Amino acid sequence: MRYLPLTPTDRTAMLGVIGAATIEDLFVDVPAEARLSGPIADLPMHASEMAVERHMGALAAQNISAGSVPFFLGAGAYKHHIPASVDHLIQRGEFLTAYTPYQPEIAQGTLQVLFEFQTQVARLFGTEIANASMYDGSTACWEAVAMAGRVTKRSRAVLSRGLHPHYAATITTMAKFTGDSIDAQPPKLVGEPGSDGLIAGIDESTSCVVVQYPDVLGRIPDLAVIAEAAHAKGALVVVVVTEPVALGLLEAPGNLGADIVVGEGQSLGVGLQFGGPYLGLFGCREKFVRQMPGRLCGETVDAEGKRGFVLTLSTREQHIRREKATSNICTNAGLCALAFSIHMTLLGGTGLAKLARVNHAKAQQAAKRLAAVPGVSLLNTSYFNEFTLILPRDAREVVRELADQRILGGVSLGRLFPGADHLANGLLVTATECTTAEDIEAFAVALEGVLA
Amino acid sequence: MTAVNTAGWRPEMGPAQHPDHEDAPRPTNSGDRALMLEEALIFELGRFGSTGVDIDDAEFEPMGALAGFLRKAAPALPGLTEPETVRHYTRLSRQNYAIDLGPFPLGSCTMKHNPRLNEKVARMAGFADIHPLQPVQTVQGGLKVINELAHWLITLTGMHGVAMTPKAGAHGELCGVLCIKAAITARGEDRTVMLVPESAHGTNPATAAFAGFAIENIPATAEGRVDLEALKARLGPDVAGVMITNPNTCGLFERDMKAISDAVHAAGGYVYCDGANFNAIVGKVRPGDLGVDAMHINLHKTFSTPHGGGGPGSGPVVLSKALCPYGPIPFTELFEDGHLTLVDEETGGARQPHSFGRMAAFHGQMGMFTRALTYMLSHGADGLRQVAEDAVLNANYVLRSLDGELDAPFGASGPCMHEALFSDDNLPEGFSTLDIAKGLIDEGFHPMTVYFPLVVHGAMLIEPTETESKAGLDRFISSLRSLARRAKAGDTSLKSAPHFAPRRRLDETQAARKPVLAWRGDSAA
Repeated sequence: MRYLPLTPTDRTAMLGVIGAATIEDLFVDVPAEARLSGPIADLPMHASEMAVERHMGALAAQNISAGSVPFFLGAGAYKHHIPASVDHLIQRGEFLTAYTPYQPEIAQGTLQVLFEFQTQVARLFGTEIANASMYDGSTACWEAVAMAGRVTKRSRAVLSRGLHPHYAATITTMAKFTGDSIDAQPPKLVGEPGSDGLIAGIDESTSCVVVQYPDVLGRIPDLAVIAEAAHAKGALVVVVVTEPVALGLLEAPGNLGADIVVGEGQSLGVGLQFGGPYLGLFGCREKFVRQMPGRLCGETVDAEGKRGFVLTLSTREQHIRREKATSNICTNAGLCALAFSIHMTLLGGTGLAKLARVNHAKAQQAAKRLAAVPGVSLLNTSYFNEFTLILPRDAREVVRELADQRILGGVSLGRLFPGADHLANGLLVTATECTTAEDIEAFAVALEGVLA
Repeated sequence: MTAVNTAGWRPEMGPAQHPDHEDAPRPTNSGDRALMLEEALIFELGRFGSTGVDIDDAEFEPMGALAGFLRKAAPALPGLTEPETVRHYTRLSRQNYAIDLGPFPLGSCTMKHNPRLNEKVARMAGFADIHPLQPVQTVQGGLKVINELAHWLITLTGMHGVAMTPKAGAHGELCGVLCIKAAITARGEDRTVMLVPESAHGTNPATAAFAGFAIENIPATAEGRVDLEALKARLGPDVAGVMITNPNTCGLFERDMKAISDAVHAAGGYVYCDGANFNAIVGKVRPGDLGVDAMHINLHKTFSTPHGGGGPGSGPVVLSKALCPYGPIPFTELFEDGHLTLVDEETGGARQPHSFGRMAAFHGQMGMFTRALTYMLSHGADGLRQVAEDAVLNANYVLRSLDGELDAPFGASGPCMHEALFSDDNLPEGFSTLDIAKGLIDEGFHPMTVYFPLVVHGAMLIEPTETESKAGLDRFISSLRSLARRAKAGDTSLKSAPHFAPRRRLDETQAARKPVLAWRGDSAA
């Protein structure tokens, strides 16, 4: 077998050193009645590289990939162009096949990358510090709610109606077990995001207000107003960014009063991958550092005075603190953080601003053309690269009919909010730098046909 | 700004080694030493306004939809061109140890070879470039991967079902513990205690505490296993369950696992098994036959998906019939005609009414699923069994080859499983486990797991995995033996090892006392 270096001769010699007659002697502690006598039934035997590739290739061919058709999906996962050097560099074996940097003398590569990543995220978010990553945006969002509870010693989180429903569901699930009080409601289609009862819901028992920026319908809430109201009641402001490219144009949440900023970093360097692995971003004020979840990389010096980096403040973490840890997280999203950091390094601040500008321009073109389709209207007055169309009928059906014509025409609000009848005709549409004028025209024409 | 790393080994520091003869090497002007290359931070190398991405222009119109929201200045992030970027990260990569360079015998971490076919398959456009919310008719192949992997995991473990969405091992633990909590709540009971042995991974008590359980310790026997009688004595109506790692973190199989499960079940509790060490038993024994109710499987351990310097992982959780109804959404459902769909919020109410809910956005670590399934298909049922046998053989070979050199506290208990545990008992006064670990770095190896499990003083936990050759193990054993002998001979140079790594020992106290977590070299202060 191509991944197993031991030869039959090696095995015999090694058993001799051990003093065992057969390999089964090494499994003597496994009760005989539970031990399997041969390979497990109902599973195939080993296969060649070519055979496996053929099998997996056939499965891959049954999917319609985003790059092969006009594609307009977003809702927390975005199609962006990834520079070729990103994927090349993350496949360096020294990055790909290393572990969490527990031995810093031989892990300075990973550690310096994490330090650079933390700095990039903090600067992007406008926060003082950021951690070395979480699993994804949704779990980072829950960790922010939990952290706000620890900081404020309050247990009632107020969620914006514009929060991604999967994020709200993740928070709601976790809160059932921790005793936090959560009220998650689907968005309304009128009024400005953030003004739909959000501020009225904040009181002296509120640990935090969770606001998505831009929100799940693509609208941009006025963070400063929300932050002022929250801070007046002693609550923290948690801002959620599912599309970090937006921060190339939009003011950083930390500059608008956010205390904790979390996000999904998939847009930069990571790719769609059917939903994972993605990259949780987590930034906050420095005074909360000892309540933060996850790994932190810090600067220090070695015995010769040279600058170096280590994982630090691990007394917050499960491997030291056990049941008193700030989170149970261990493995995070290191390689995705590397990809994000490389992509961000390639872009630089001005590149990110240009990328954001192009994304917005494509969205403007798409919104203009699609809103001209008879019966279709644009909900948003504000948006970045994602906006909501109101169709004359259930958008779930429309999406399926478009897919039959090999057009991936957005995410229906019915899929995101299955119980909310008032959203059933809503279609969330995203355009990025990958979207062409031809894509937009093909989508518009098909939509006209489907709605006719 | 200059590209010279100001933290490098500068001439004014003077000669550091062998200053006593005139042919001795002198410090270099650059701070680099041939292939030992220093590298500055991107913030010191990069320029504001520079970029390595050419972005096509679009037809720009006034940005009315962003009025009032625009940032005042572009983010303060320097950029690098592509050649500078490639060089920066390539130079940094060379300061890392990795499986691709040599043995990485971290106990309980299962650092095995990461097959490159896995990487190739995961990058097929049909997997890498599909959106999680595409209509299910356009992602049937993706759903089949999830379903096929689920079949493998269920079959290999002999369990009833599997929750595929957890994003890493600890997230999987959380999934399993929440299932237990939900099952107990559904019975109208209020059990508040989770029993966890002291040898457990820190994630076990952290997870149980998060779910609201009080943690109590399970006593161990002198031979390093769960004390069955003590456990039985503690069981009662307040105990929700036990969290047991099997094989345990001392590298031993819990012989009494079935009896433990039976006792816990008889007392109304559930059995969580930490599956971090599944590599030792895959294809040899099925946890389902031992009465386990929930077990996470680290795809990044047993099933070879890369650790990536700290993730991403993937932690599907296999569940018993008793716990399946409480498992999370979403999951795939296979219909008789062969097509698949996703059970999520829309249909979950009818299809999985007792589910504890959603744990994360979307449907799991697809990029890890494709890699793990590729690995399973490559090995097949026969190969996976050989994986476990070779992993256990390699660990026992290390254990017995170091007889008389290092103290193996449970060496007399019989064979170990996939990892060999040593203590610092045989080391002379003044020498610690840390010195041996740092000495291994100079020898060209990654150290073993140190100071874990906590039940052994100065623990050294060595997990070679099945992908090490005998010749490679012999070199590792020889180095470890020489380090133990150097310590016994009082060689104090070991106390300041490593000497040959990119950095000497780092000051972790300073890092924690006054944390510097972001670069601020350009701030006014």
